[in-house]
Amino acid sequence: MASSFTKMMSGRTAGLLVAGLGAGAAATGYLISDSAALNAEQRRKLYPPSADFPDLRKHNNCMASALTPAIYAKLRDKVTPNNWTLDQCIQTGVDNPGHPFIKTVGMVAGDEESYEVFADIFDPVIKDRHNGYDPRIMKHPTDLDSSKLTSGMFDEKYVLSSRVRTGRSIRGLSLPPACSRSERREVERVTVQALAGLKGDLAGRYYSLTDMTDEEQQRLIDEHFLFDKPVSPLLTASGMARDWPDARGIWHNNDKTFLIWINEEDHTRVISMEKGGNMKRVFERFCRGLKQVEHLIQERGWEFMWNEHLGYILTCPSNLGTGLRAGVHVRLPKLSKDPRFGKILDNLRLQKRGTGGVDTAAVGDTFDISNLDRLGKSEVELVQLVVDGVNYLVECEKKLEKGQDIKVPAPIQQFRK
Amino acid sequence: MLLYVCMYLFSNTKKMQLSAEDEYPDLSEHCNHMAKVLTLDMYKHLYKRSTPSGFTIDKVIQTGVDNPGHPYILTVGCAAGDEETYEVFKELLDPVIRDRHGGYKPTDKHKTDLNPNNLKGGDDLDPNYVLSSRVRTGRSIRGFCLPPHCSRGERRAVEKLSVEALSALSGDLSGKYYALKNMTEAEQQQLIDDHFLFDKPVSPLLLASGMARDWPDARGIWHNDNKTFLVWVNEEDHLRVISMQKGGNMKEVFTRFCTGLTKIEELFKNKKHEFMWNEHLGYVLTCPSNLGTGLRAGVHVKLPNLSKNKKFEEVLKKLRLQKRGTGGVDTAAVGGTFDISNADRLGFSEVELMQMVVDGVKLLIEMEKRLEKGQSIDDLMPAQK
Repeated sequence: MASSFTKMMSGRTAGLLVAGLGAGAAATGYLISDSAALNAEQRRKLYPPSADFPDLRKHNNCMASALTPAIYAKLRDKVTPNNWTLDQCIQTGVDNPGHPFIKTVGMVAGDEESYEVFADIFDPVIKDRHNGYDPRIMKHPTDLDSSKLTSGMFDEKYVLSSRVRTGRSIRGLSLPPACSRSERREVERVTVQALAGLKGDLAGRYYSLTDMTDEEQQRLIDEHFLFDKPVSPLLTASGMARDWPDARGIWHNNDKTFLIWINEEDHTRVISMEKGGNMKRVFERFCRGLKQVEHLIQERGWEFMWNEHLGYILTCPSNLGTGLRAGVHVRLPKLSKDPRFGKILDNLRLQKRGTGGVDTAAVGDTFDISNLDRLGKSEVELVQLVVDGVNYLVECEKKLEKGQDIKVPAPIQQFRK
Repeated sequence: MLLYVCMYLFSNTKKMQLSAEDEYPDLSEHCNHMAKVLTLDMYKHLYKRSTPSGFTIDKVIQTGVDNPGHPYILTVGCAAGDEETYEVFKELLDPVIRDRHGGYKPTDKHKTDLNPNNLKGGDDLDPNYVLSSRVRTGRSIRGFCLPPHCSRGERRAVEKLSVEALSALSGDLSGKYYALKNMTEAEQQQLIDDHFLFDKPVSPLLLASGMARDWPDARGIWHNDNKTFLVWVNEEDHLRVISMQKGGNMKEVFTRFCTGLTKIEELFKNKKHEFMWNEHLGYVLTCPSNLGTGLRAGVHVKLPNLSKNKKFEEVLKKLRLQKRGTGGVDTAAVGGTFDISNADRLGFSEVELMQMVVDGVKLLIEMEKRLEKGQSIDDLMPAQK
């Protein structure tokens, strides 16, 4: 291997441009050998894809399960129109081998085109993560008509709060792992301008992370609105935290029930929430707010990234489709101790988290219960699923309180056939 | 014969439509060498350029943008992705080098001297005070991108070449390589106990530059059987070379250092590779702070009295020395024992820096002894070196 390096590096590279250096530069004259002057293309040829293929033997994430040397060889030298590469997509998965029990996704998109240019790896990852969903042949339903939601009012003796979140990306601008500072600032500008047009119960204000006063910061922390620079290596390895806190901020309405994060893990994260169990109202505000924001950006010639196979395009493949997580904080002291709790949740396509969100433990007997799925079912379907599921859990809790027995429900079908 | 080879490439045209003003970082809260020097005008000249391998100004400065710094400790705030970085982005790096290296000018020449015979004394530092002696530097292999930018293939090639070169060392320098990803539990524990093992960096200064990508692929530690000569492969630089031993015989440490380095360089040359070096910047390394000699020569020395004396800082400054805790950079001293080393890297040769450390530490010990006896140290105060 060493001798082939020698042969390829001893030739003088052709077509080197000295023009544009400026008069002063040429005069300085430093000794740089031929081998140092290889351009990016020549470097790539020097190293066949096998030389760059990552060592994934200790890895357990969706990317590592799907990436073969053949796929890598096919995709390594491709770039998106924004010059984003496969190596950049998979960096987070290479750097974070994962956990034997928790399978992370292990890759991110740098722009909308990533999902197409690197389809050979994104498609199997999407399939793995989204229960067999095949982007080549299946279509994702988008439905933000909140009037279709039934029984969306929970028993507030058990359900403490209700929340729906999603993300939206602005078409034409690179995503957080790849964006330049100017693109990120453009996302901020476009979004803040649109949000300034919201009225009535949605009227609100923007707090940029760089300009925040200490008082504003404290208040936002107390209200659990403030997001901080990510520390998770899963996120930082993707490059999304570059230039922090430039062009990052939080917008919320005066009622504090509609909240937008700008330039955190996605261009925008949209959150509708309130205390209590009125999921119907939370979802209604969610849909109305999203539609109005979409309308406001369209007025200025922008749109959200969306297509009929992948739905809404976001940075992490796990958030494709609806990008929607609808959940409640609910007290389930008896049910949570029942050995069937896990199975009930699985069959209802629900997941539990601690009340601090992802990767936290439950405090007391209060859980964050939300939908597992994101892609292949519409927003209305997923929120309905959460409503029906949480109602079922509360019924189980009430039964156990009265000493009655509960049943594990039949598993919910994955995709509409 | 000097050849100037440089290539400016236009990066993605779509991004080029956005102006320099829109891209220029907000450095208003920042306090590092890069932030002090990078004006909007300078950024305008540089933001369309890239080195032949594709390293851009934004990549050079990313670590400095992400880590605003501290008013008391001025970090450098930029890193090189390849040898050409120092040429293509001269406009930024020359003033950074000037500020970091005591006024070093773009026209200055750096002298390299790895002849241990030129070091006077250094074999008799008082072992009652000097607990251990150590000299380290770094080397980069010409033709390969540096840790912030290298591909996996390049990093592995650096590892392979280095391991081949090191395996040819003999005598008291003969030793063994431990790849980080293949290490057994027992080997790992031994290396930790010996204080040889380096871990994946956690400092945001390093992580932000991209040097920790693909960890622990192609990283490893080589050391000789005597455990007095140690090489880190693909940590912050291609190679970090360390010579060390207990006690105060700096001369011996330096001699082994020079012999080892010279031999390694020879072995690389046999394989048609050389170290990155030029007569202006000396040895080229990832961080501009390590240019020139890349050399930090130091001792762990007991100075309980002197360290409490109000003249301590002044003395160190005059001697061109710096103090650290015994855990290395960013640690505190434990029980009056300090890590004392040269403050300079560039503009002085290896021998000159060693001489400063040897002579300086001798003086510090003399002062310590005086203070032990309750005597004054005023007549010992040195002139500014």
